[in-house]
Amino acid sequence: MELKEKLLDSHLAFEEQSEVNETIQGFRTRALRVFEKKGFPTRKIEAWKYTSLASVVNKNYALFPRTDSGIELKHVKRYFLYDIDTYKIVFIDGIYSPFLSETTHDGLDVCLLSAALSKQKYKPIIDKYFNKAAVKDESLTALNTAFAKEGAYIYIPKNKVSENPIEIVHFSTGEQKALWLQPRNLIVVEENAQVQIIERHQSLSSHDVVTNTVTEIHAHKDSLLDYYKIQNDLDSASLIDNTYIVQEKNSHVSVHTFSFGGKLVRNNLNYFHKDQNIMSTLKGLTILKGKQHVDHNTLVNHSKPNCDSHQDYKGIYSEQSKGVFNGKIFVDKIAQKTNAFQQSNNILIDDKATINSKPQLEIFADDVKCSHGCTIGQLDEDTLFYLRSRGIPRKEAKALLTYAFANNILQSVQINVLKKRINGQIAEKLGVNLGFDL
Amino acid sequence: MLTIENLHAVVDGKLILNGIDLDVKAGEIHAIMGPNGSGKSTLSSVIAGNKVYEMTKGNILLNGENINELDAETRAHKGIFISFQYPVEIPGVSVTNFIKTAINASRKAQGLEDMPASEMLKKIRQKAALLDIDRKFLSRSLNEGFSGGEKKRNEIFQMAMLEPKLSILDETDSGLDIDALKIVANGVNRLRNKNNAVILITHYQRLLNYIIPDFVHVINEGKIVKSGTKDLAKELEAKGYDWIKKELN
Repeated sequence: MELKEKLLDSHLAFEEQSEVNETIQGFRTRALRVFEKKGFPTRKIEAWKYTSLASVVNKNYALFPRTDSGIELKHVKRYFLYDIDTYKIVFIDGIYSPFLSETTHDGLDVCLLSAALSKQKYKPIIDKYFNKAAVKDESLTALNTAFAKEGAYIYIPKNKVSENPIEIVHFSTGEQKALWLQPRNLIVVEENAQVQIIERHQSLSSHDVVTNTVTEIHAHKDSLLDYYKIQNDLDSASLIDNTYIVQEKNSHVSVHTFSFGGKLVRNNLNYFHKDQNIMSTLKGLTILKGKQHVDHNTLVNHSKPNCDSHQDYKGIYSEQSKGVFNGKIFVDKIAQKTNAFQQSNNILIDDKATINSKPQLEIFADDVKCSHGCTIGQLDEDTLFYLRSRGIPRKEAKALLTYAFANNILQSVQINVLKKRINGQIAEKLGVNLGFDL
Repeated sequence: MLTIENLHAVVDGKLILNGIDLDVKAGEIHAIMGPNGSGKSTLSSVIAGNKVYEMTKGNILLNGENINELDAETRAHKGIFISFQYPVEIPGVSVTNFIKTAINASRKAQGLEDMPASEMLKKIRQKAALLDIDRKFLSRSLNEGFSGGEKKRNEIFQMAMLEPKLSILDETDSGLDIDALKIVANGVNRLRNKNNAVILITHYQRLLNYIIPDFVHVINEGKIVKSGTKDLAKELEAKGYDWIKKELN
């Protein structure tokens, strides 16, 4: 049976064992119809021109994981920011792990979406925000909505500054041969509140796993959200990340995406502006090798005046890896004084590596500042010569220059231990010991 | 220390060096002067092993060993240093970390362990003091946002740290005001000893007021056309390069 049919057929059984109200059921049913009609996107669709899901959807996946996949903390400790205090929402094969998690209801809610969807006290928030930011007619988002049940629920009340960063971690154990996961996250940051969130998906075995995740974010007036996506998974793991961000007046939402691994990764990152003086920051660093494939598909929808957006994506591609950057900036005719910046810089290390970079600007206002730039290059021999003349061998010299190229994406990482950790990962990806602590 | 015999080099099919002969002994300072485009900078690049330039004829010997085929990093490990006119900026890598990487790369090539941190720190402090460099400077990203003078001073700092046998200073005086020039020249003079040698590549005589060369060579159209003592530099300053060209004709 094809994956699409299997998903459609299994929906009834899914609904039977799920305890949610009619509103949620209504969302799910309507979403299932969208997916039934549209199916998986193919390369005939412009937005999927350079990324084919064919190799991902042709397997027989387990859709509902078994429970009780225990893992020991010592085996997965390195995937957490263990050197500082954090709240943690951890899932193993899609199922909440109370043992690895550290949730809270003390002044803010860091807990499970399944609880929020079923408990009466969360109903006003769920009614107001669940499935509101997500775009309804996008088929993979609809597929996720149809099966939306579990994930992270984060609510930061007015004027609250979360002392600890929040980690959302999804492990897959490989106990099942191939697994299809669909986590759903809802994040609400109320007026003048602040929070830092780190999300990662980590496979612990070489069995196939595909994660089709949706994250909805609502950032209210004067709020500050700093979000980090760490994508450094095994070559058997694929990720389709759909993130929808709604921003209110004077808010600043910043998303850093570090893509260092995985078989196929698609990031659909969407920003919507509801008021003025908003700042949206999108930063990405992609370092790939082998046959890894990462596609960044961004949208900043400037629908109000006096807002800023800043996109800065850097990619380093070795061997036969492939990168895609498709950055869309839409400026509505009333969105005067928009300041939208977009930059995509890429280095191709090997002859067979590829990058497809496409800026897409649709501007209907006349008093705006929009700039975009794209570079694709190789490391310059004269520059390498400078380092080699100091006795640094070619390989290390290349790594040092590549590191320098990537560096500005790291500079804006606000969590020091995370910055240090990513530095270490970059050194590891570049395959050298640079002789000093990065 | 360095012997160059009948050196020819081309870049993009164009002959730049057309038979250079040069002999530099330990303890000596040689100045190489010449008009723009005469091949001065090419000569320094070729000695340091920049493969953008193709050596078509001749030999380069370092302490009797032919280094024609050696790559740039190996030449550096053997004690050749070149200071650049336009040093590269490396954001995110501090001056200190860069020099540590360079020193330990050379030590590794010689089969030595990394230099102990305390020893490295002591050496950095000592050499920084010699060149009037303060500690804040050392933690800045290499050459990023440096002024012309800071870049040159940083080049000499690297030279001081690496302790090369042969240093080639390519247009180190360009873009320096008189105070920076004095600091750089003073550093070079204090680093000099009977076991190392320096080649100064310069367009102007100015630098040679502060670093006194043992020999001055004039290069024109890829050839050394006249050699002499420091007085030759003064004569050039007074009469200009046209004088040499006329004399040749």
